[in-house]
Amino acid sequence: MQQRVIACTSCHGVHGEGSPDSVAIPRLAGKPAGYLLQQLQYFQTGQRHHAPMEYVVSQLSPAYLRDIADYFAKQDVPYRKRPVPTVSAEITRRGEQLVLRGDSTRGVPSCVSCHGSKLTGVEPMMPGLMGLSYAYLNTQLVSWRTRTRAAEGPYCMGVVANRMRESDITAVSAWLASHEPPADMHPEPASAQTEPMPGWCVMGTSRAAQ
Amino acid sequence: MTWLRRGGWLLALLVVAAPGWWYFGHAGTPETSVAQRDADVAALHDPALVARGAYLATVGDCAACHTARNGQRYAGGRSLATPFGGVPAPNITPDPATGIGQWSFDDFWRALHQGKGHEGELLYPVFSYTSFTKVTRDDALAIFAYLKSLPAVQQPDTELGLSFPYSVRSSLVAWRALYFTPGVFQPDPARSAEWNRGAYLVQGLGHCNECHSTRNSLGGIKQDRYLTGGQIPALNWYAPDLSTQPGGGLAGWRAQDIVDLLKTGQSAKSVAFGPMADVVRNSTQHLTEADLQAVANYLQALPPPAPAPPGAASLQRAARAEHGGKLYAQRCADCHGGDGNGVAGVYPPLNGNTSVTEPTGINAIRSILLGGFAPATAGNPKPYSMPPFAPQLSDADVAAVVSYIRQSWSNQASAVQPAEVGRYRDTPVD
Repeated sequence: MQQRVIACTSCHGVHGEGSPDSVAIPRLAGKPAGYLLQQLQYFQTGQRHHAPMEYVVSQLSPAYLRDIADYFAKQDVPYRKRPVPTVSAEITRRGEQLVLRGDSTRGVPSCVSCHGSKLTGVEPMMPGLMGLSYAYLNTQLVSWRTRTRAAEGPYCMGVVANRMRESDITAVSAWLASHEPPADMHPEPASAQTEPMPGWCVMGTSRAAQ
Repeated sequence: MTWLRRGGWLLALLVVAAPGWWYFGHAGTPETSVAQRDADVAALHDPALVARGAYLATVGDCAACHTARNGQRYAGGRSLATPFGGVPAPNITPDPATGIGQWSFDDFWRALHQGKGHEGELLYPVFSYTSFTKVTRDDALAIFAYLKSLPAVQQPDTELGLSFPYSVRSSLVAWRALYFTPGVFQPDPARSAEWNRGAYLVQGLGHCNECHSTRNSLGGIKQDRYLTGGQIPALNWYAPDLSTQPGGGLAGWRAQDIVDLLKTGQSAKSVAFGPMADVVRNSTQHLTEADLQAVANYLQALPPPAPAPPGAASLQRAARAEHGGKLYAQRCADCHGGDGNGVAGVYPPLNGNTSVTEPTGINAIRSILLGGFAPATAGNPKPYSMPPFAPQLSDADVAAVVSYIRQSWSNQASAVQPAEVGRYRDTPVD
C-alpha cells in the first residue's frame, strides 16, 4: 500500500507524518479513519477545495478511498515539532479560554468539548487538533468561516467559526499550534464523547441554522 | 487578435451561407400520428430496451458531460468549457420543465442525428452530433427509453457563456455547412462484422474523434485528420493519434493492449490519465469484451499517419540533457527504470510511450506536475500513483526532465522550454 499511495506520501510524508518543508500540508497519520475518508470524498465532490488534492483523488473508487483512509489512520509515527508563532500574552489567554472553556457570550463552545479532552480527536469522525501548524489551523478556520470548507451536516464548525471574531481565529490557531502535544496522540474512543452536541449542531439541520 | 479575425471570418461565412438557412432551419420532421405516438410511449417501458439503452448511454459517456460535479446523474447543470466560452450541458432526465420530459423520440432523434434542439434550434457542436449522427435509430430509441426511465430531476441549465458572434445560433449554419455531414453509419460489406462494429462504436457513440483529432480555429475537424491526434481545446491535454501502424500514436500496440487500456485504465504500453482516465472510469471499462475487441480490431486497421516533417527536435539537447538526466535518475528512475521501460502492470514505460513523445510535450509536462492515480476500475481496483512534482520542481527542472525523457532510449521528440511548463501549471479540476 505504501508504494501505491506515493502520490499522497510525496507531500504528506511516507507515513503521513506531514511535510517537513510546508506548514500548509497537514499530518494524516493516526487521524480517525472516518474523518480522513470524509475529507477524501469532499475533495472528490468539490465540497472541500484544494485543487491538487481534488485532482489527485478524482479517479478513485469509494472502496479505494476507504483503503487509503484506513492506511493513514493506522500509521503511528511521532509528531514533528512545528514552528510556533509569537503572540502576546493577551492573545494566548484568549486562545486558551476558547480552546478549554469556550465563550458562552458568543455561543462558541470549547474545542475540547468536541475534539476530545486532550484535543487528539474522537473516533470515528472528529479530527485531533494537536501537532498541526498555525498556518494550517488558521487557513482551515477561515475556510469554515467563508464556507470554502463544508460538511454535509453537522455544519458545526461553520457555525462556530462564524461566531468567532477574526482575532479569535488567530488566538485559537496560535494556542493550538504552540501547545505541546500529549505523549499519547491516539484519538479517544467514540465512548469518550460524553457531552451532547449543541442543539444547533444536529445532523442535517445545522447548515440552515447559521 | 485571433478571435477578431476568427469572428470576422465567421461572419463572412454567415453571409455566404445565408441561403442555406432556409434549408437547414426549416426542413421539417415527419409528422407522427397520435396512435403511433402512444404505441411508441408504451414500447419505451420495455425493460430489455431500457437496459440496452443504459449500456449504450455508457458507451456514449453521456453522463460525463450531462452531470455536474457532485450532481445527480444526467441532470445537467454543468457548463462545458470551449475556446469560445461556456456551453451548458442540459438536463436530460425526464423532468417536464427543465429536462426532456416533453420530448418525443423524434425530437431526441433530431438532436442526436441532426444536431437540433426541441424547438428546432441549431445546437452547439460541443454536443458531439458530428459523431452521434452515425448512431442508428434503433440504438437512439434504446438510449431515449433509458433516459425516460430515469428519475426526473428538476434542475435548470446553466447560462450560455458564449461571446459574440458565437452566441448567435445562426452562426452555426455556416459551421455546419463546413464540418457536419448528417448520416447514420453505413457498414462496409468488404470488412468483417467485428471491424464494422468497432467502426460504428468509435465513429458514433464513442465519439473518439471529437478529442483525438485536431480542431481548427473555428472548432471544426477536417475529415483528413480523422483520429490522427490533437490538443484538446480548453482542456489542454494531447489526445494521441490512434493508429497502431509504424509512426502511429499507438505504434506497436497489440489488440490486447488496446483492450487492456480501455478495460482497466492500464496496459503494457501506457496508462490512461487526464481526460482519458475519466473516459475509462465512466465509460470504456464497462464495455463488453466483444465490443472492446471490436474497437481494437478497428483501430488496428487504421492507416498509418502521414510522416511528420523533420523538425528541430534536437535543438537545446546538449544544454539540458545533463540536468534532465540527473533529475531523472533522482526522481523517476526508481519507478520508471533507468532504461525507461517501467515495471509491467505497475509503472508505465516511458521508452516508446507516445504519450511521452506526442508532438506537444503537454502530456509529459502535466503528468509530472500533477501526478495522480491511474483510474480505479474493476480490472485495476487499487491503481499505483505518481507524485505531483509541481511543488518540488521548477519550470526549468520540468523542462529538462521532459526533454530528457522525450529524447532518451528510442524516443526522438522535440525538447520543451521552461515557458511551456509555466503555461500548464494550473491544476484542472472538473
